[in-house]
Amino acid sequence: MSLKIVVLAKQVPDTRNVGKDAMKEDGTVNRAALSAIFNPEDLNALEQALRLKNTHQGSTVTLLTMGPVRAAEIIREGLYRGADGGYLLTDRAFAGADTLATSYALACAIRKIGDVDIIICGRQAIDGDTAQVGPQVAEKLSWSQITYSEEILNVNDGKIKVKRRLERGIEVVETHLPTVVTVNSSAPECRPRNARLIQKYKYAKTPTERKGETGIYADLLDSRPYLNLVEWGVNDVNCEVQKVGLSGSPTKVKAIENVVFQVKESKSISDSDADIEDLIKELISNHTIG
Amino acid sequence: MNNLFVYCELEDGVVADVSLELLTKGRTLANRLNCKLEAVVAGYQLDKIAAQVFPYGVDVLYLADDKRLAPYTSLPHTSLLNKLFKEEEPQIALMGATSIGRDLGPRVSSALGSGLTADCTSLEIGDHEDKKAGKTYKDLLYQIRPAFGGNIVATIINPDCRPQMATVREGVMKKEIISPDYKGEVRKLDVSNYVSDTDFIVKIIERQIEKAKSNIKNAPIIVSGGYGMGSKENFQLLFDLAAVIGAEVGASRAAVDAGFAEHDRQVGQTGVTVRPKLYIACGISGQIQHIAGMQESAMIIAINNDSNAPINAIADYVITGDVETVVPKLIKYYKKNSK
Repeated sequence: MSLKIVVLAKQVPDTRNVGKDAMKEDGTVNRAALSAIFNPEDLNALEQALRLKNTHQGSTVTLLTMGPVRAAEIIREGLYRGADGGYLLTDRAFAGADTLATSYALACAIRKIGDVDIIICGRQAIDGDTAQVGPQVAEKLSWSQITYSEEILNVNDGKIKVKRRLERGIEVVETHLPTVVTVNSSAPECRPRNARLIQKYKYAKTPTERKGETGIYADLLDSRPYLNLVEWGVNDVNCEVQKVGLSGSPTKVKAIENVVFQVKESKSISDSDADIEDLIKELISNHTIG
Repeated sequence: MNNLFVYCELEDGVVADVSLELLTKGRTLANRLNCKLEAVVAGYQLDKIAAQVFPYGVDVLYLADDKRLAPYTSLPHTSLLNKLFKEEEPQIALMGATSIGRDLGPRVSSALGSGLTADCTSLEIGDHEDKKAGKTYKDLLYQIRPAFGGNIVATIINPDCRPQMATVREGVMKKEIISPDYKGEVRKLDVSNYVSDTDFIVKIIERQIEKAKSNIKNAPIIVSGGYGMGSKENFQLLFDLAAVIGAEVGASRAAVDAGFAEHDRQVGQTGVTVRPKLYIACGISGQIQHIAGMQESAMIIAINNDSNAPINAIADYVITGDVETVVPKLIKYYKKNSK
């Protein structure tokens, strides 16, 4: 059976490689100092989707992302790896969304896309680490959910079988489609970009990105429909405006602080035998060890 | 009405530590709010649960006892909480930031349209003034959590929606019995009123859950390694040291991401929070997200070849040198002096 698969992906600041200039003096995040990347676990999710596409003839994999115009970059990243297309949800009204408002907007877009069999996404994004959007999208659609997944084992006769990786073991579960699957970083890494696909899709653009393009480039986009990425705003996906963005977010940020730790007066020790033996003797005599 | 609820999860039929930690915190918050502490447990054969939770100061215990509710699956437990919360209208609902709580919490919060804050490291009660709307909110739950990979700490509030929901990781809060004789009321729920047959749409085909491999949360001494250990092979040095001095081995997120150690050994905001009497940090630079999970250790020894590593600022002893040189020396001189 052919499957219509949507991968939810997020462009995130690379919080794993935070340099000294990542925070501004006033304690806010200096986004300019952090590179924007494809959320790592969403790449694991994309790989699971592409594997299903390989084994189920006629299946399609499309990416759905919400973010500013530059988030179209991760749709292209998905296309370079074998996805068939992508949707960018972008609108000022979406700004300031917490996980609930985000999942509402994504669920509206999924309904608009229509007839989706499986939604696959990363378990969590590294900028928030909340792991909430996947289950909340599932709830909004009244679909089942399979979180903490490591491998989609098979899809047959409208049923999906998935191996989950929990804190202390594994669980294999089965459910009916449609469903939402969230994928852990323990799942196989995503395949690299494919050179042929980079050539094919490097000029893929959203309507906003191609605005003002004329001449040969505009002709190219017109003659090759697959280079035109879909861009949707609030009105395109039938969202109720008060349910998205800041107004649709029950949680509010009251305060943001820099992390300050109690600095101790440390004793410096060299790596010489004498110094280390002295330390060990001290630890033994004050019953810290032994 | 308007009480504080804790969803308690079970491990092999016993209430999980993380839930008991939340009950302890919940009791303190309930005292501050002058409300009741109520616990919800869903599973099978729950006769022994009451004795486990009442000493933590639980006033009301809801039991949903049904064979189909164990092991946990998302939809039945969600339906149960949705309906119970609609009936009881708690002001606060807490659950563990585990693979269960992080599966259940978002789904419940979405169904109830209430806000949820994941992985809180601190929970407090306080007021909030919304100057724009000219409104003052009394006694809100301050949900304090790290953000941006642990580089900042954010205080999150839910001014208008109830319950105010939060998840907390195991080990972050302290577990403490209020009184062994504390007695609450047990209310048994008629499960068929809360859960429908269609909720059992996900079937568990196979389940292999092992006993925890490492027990770093309760270890008095932890030898922990970071990305600076360089390789999985070098990590073996830490196991050698740990075996000699009677310690458990921990790891930083970077070391786990690099495949040097298993995930259940991870110390930090996205791992376990530990408070041992001695923490030996080897090749750990000291990212905020790691320090937050071990700063309350009674004594910290940092071994690093970078004399400016951030971890040195919170260490009692700083050994500047290569871990590959220093760790074998620690083993050697411990053996020499320990008898």
